[in-house]
Amino acid sequence: MTNLLFHFIKDGILHALKGSKLYFTWLISLVALIGIGVFAYSIQISEGLKVTGMTDHVSWGLYISNFTFFVGIAAAAVMLILPAYIFNDADFTKVALIGEGVAVSALIMCLSFVTVDLGSPEKVWHLIPKLGYFNWPNSMLAWDVLVLNGYLALNLLIPFYILFSHYRGKEANKKKYFPFILLSVFWAIAIHLVTAFLYAGLPARPFWNNALLGPRFLASAFAAGPAFILVILSVLDYSTGFKIQKRVISKLALVVAIAAQINLIMLGSEIFKEFYHPTEHSSSAIYLFFGLHGHSALVPWIWTAISMNIIATLMLSIHKLRENHKILMGLCIMLFLAIWIEKGMGLVVPGFIPSPIGEIVEYSPTLVEVGITTGILAGGMLVLTVLVKVAIGIELGTFRSDAKDAN
Amino acid sequence: MRLKDLRHKIMSALKYDRSLASKEIKSDCHSDSIPPTTCPKNPPKMVGGAFGKKTSRRAAIGLAGGGVGAAFAFSACSNMLDEETKDKLGLSWEEFFKKNYRLMTDQEKGETVKRIEKLAKVKNNEIINVSDTPAKDGVLFGYAFNISKCQGYMDCVEACVKENNQDRESNMQYINIFEMENGNLNIESGNSKYSHEVPVEGKFYLGTQCFHCEKAPCIEVCPVGATWKEPDGIVVVDYDWCIGCRYCEAACPYWGRRFNWGAPQIPNEELNTEQHYLGNRKRGKGVMEKCTFCIQRTRKGLQPACVDACPTGSRTFGNLLDPNSEIRYIIENKKVFRLKEDLGTEPKFWYYMD
Ligand code: SF4
Ligand code: SF4
Repeated sequence: MTNLLFHFIKDGILHALKGSKLYFTWLISLVALIGIGVFAYSIQISEGLKVTGMTDHVSWGLYISNFTFFVGIAAAAVMLILPAYIFNDADFTKVALIGEGVAVSALIMCLSFVTVDLGSPEKVWHLIPKLGYFNWPNSMLAWDVLVLNGYLALNLLIPFYILFSHYRGKEANKKKYFPFILLSVFWAIAIHLVTAFLYAGLPARPFWNNALLGPRFLASAFAAGPAFILVILSVLDYSTGFKIQKRVISKLALVVAIAAQINLIMLGSEIFKEFYHPTEHSSSAIYLFFGLHGHSALVPWIWTAISMNIIATLMLSIHKLRENHKILMGLCIMLFLAIWIEKGMGLVVPGFIPSPIGEIVEYSPTLVEVGITTGILAGGMLVLTVLVKVAIGIELGTFRSDAKDAN
Repeated sequence: MRLKDLRHKIMSALKYDRSLASKEIKSDCHSDSIPPTTCPKNPPKMVGGAFGKKTSRRAAIGLAGGGVGAAFAFSACSNMLDEETKDKLGLSWEEFFKKNYRLMTDQEKGETVKRIEKLAKVKNNEIINVSDTPAKDGVLFGYAFNISKCQGYMDCVEACVKENNQDRESNMQYINIFEMENGNLNIESGNSKYSHEVPVEGKFYLGTQCFHCEKAPCIEVCPVGATWKEPDGIVVVDYDWCIGCRYCEAACPYWGRRFNWGAPQIPNEELNTEQHYLGNRKRGKGVMEKCTFCIQRTRKGLQPACVDACPTGSRTFGNLLDPNSEIRYIIENKKVFRLKEDLGTEPKFWYYMD
């Protein structure tokens, strides 16, 4: 068995290194971007976080914005897992593994983003229960560390078990992995709610401190996540022998459309609350949407995001347009970018502006921050590529254990 | 060199003195096979605390770490590294693997304080005096600020920076003085960036800093418990335990916290050498800090630097549990208010007017 496991991993790595010229160009560019990220991070390590655009006023920036957004992407894998394993929809069973791959890579990005955001990363061991001092259950950040790592473990274990079984030419025993699937469905909701509570639990920041934040996080995640998966699936369909059923695409597209509609309704009610009778607590929203006392760095961004969001949601709601594959792809990318801006910079940064005692200091990321962020995004894509490559190899049967290894 | 010799030598190098007083220990360096010429002139001085004691799991890691450090330091012996480097390495390792201050025994607290003093000496040639004076029973510190007296001179700000060894490069300040329009108590419309002659007709002045909330949101959120409320009510940060996530900074409703975005710079001659572990000792890069009610002074019965520096007498500090204290008199007899009472944070910082 150990021998087989070793072969599985070795074959997996070898398989990931096989491919067309285009595939290699893709891998090499990702590695180059990761290199840029590592270089930028080395600057940040030696100089400290002063090389970022963050200040005592805006103390979280690009890193935590991306962290927040990608937690949502990780959670959205559940939209493939739910129909595949729980409703036993055969079309989805095949693509569920891709969803789990997306979850794993998104989580790796999330954990990297939080780590690069730390001022003293060499002390992360303080977070390990018993060894350090884990402030659980008080700190929502402690919860987040817990649920993110748990979800990562689940999303590594389940596909590993299934793929390893297929690799040996066996069917995976559903009885064995089903409890974990069930757990991971709840866990997916949990990671996103907990991340929302990280913000919603701070009375100091009225912009975040509202009950709608959690549900809205979920709605936007279930729009952006499946949109992202849809794009990945059609890339695979186009570039590999892994053909995706049209039914899967149209069902997922429906999920995206409905989630985007719900998200828009919630956005509307938030905007109503902030602007029908603006109070002292609406200053952040005013800053975000219209600018405050001449400071308006985020205004163009949020309006771009909102227009893209509205257009994409409206068009996705029209059956005919959604059924057209090319248009669907365009809309998915548009929605993804819109929510990225809105859930990332559009949520995190204005929470800090104005400061709790009314001062306005704006934020914009520095080159170092952008470099590190790009590196992490590239790293996530690399993980995704390798995982998906191996999964597809196994599922298509091009990559199986030889009988002699299997004994 | 045979393996047995090497092992023997490492073992003897690890035989440090257990006490932290800088006792000298004779190294076996010259008695063994290393020729005397490659040894430093003085026998190496080694100071270590983690060895030969009952250890917890964490300390065991520290020990392993310290062991590596020491082994490295030892092998460096023949490379003519001076004793200071060895001291630095060993001490830094032990410092790195120490516990959260709250979980330390009194003895461990004493040891880390000694190590910090020693490190300041060998690293930066600073002679500092770090205290670990605990809170006194029957003491709960509180603060009152008279907004009719303050003229906005900001002498307090300057005194605070000097007293608490704040980073001069980023011009870090714990205290903000807001210039406010008469008739408007809304802090958010105040201006803390004024640089004109004060006082200005029609304005009044209001200072903010960390309010040492009784129900402090900054404490709840810290994932590693690096910040807490001491028995005398002072909210402190363990600079060596903070991982720099800045969640507490986001959670503070009064903008009371400051982060070391770079390594703090303080000219040697301006360093305040009277320090406290939880107070004004030098902070590292990437950790949180804040006002500590001048814990290094107030636990010795002195007033905070800002109170001493204020020329107008707007600032009052004292023991809330002492019925005869001035602060109690103010709270009982003046019309006092606190900022953002609706948040339920219970700041121990009251404003009042005459
Ligand atoms: S003022 Fe802010 S930093 Fe100080 S105790 Fe209150 S919440 Fe914490
Ligand atoms: S910055 Fe430090 S003190 Fe503040 S929450 Fe994070 S670890 Fe705790």
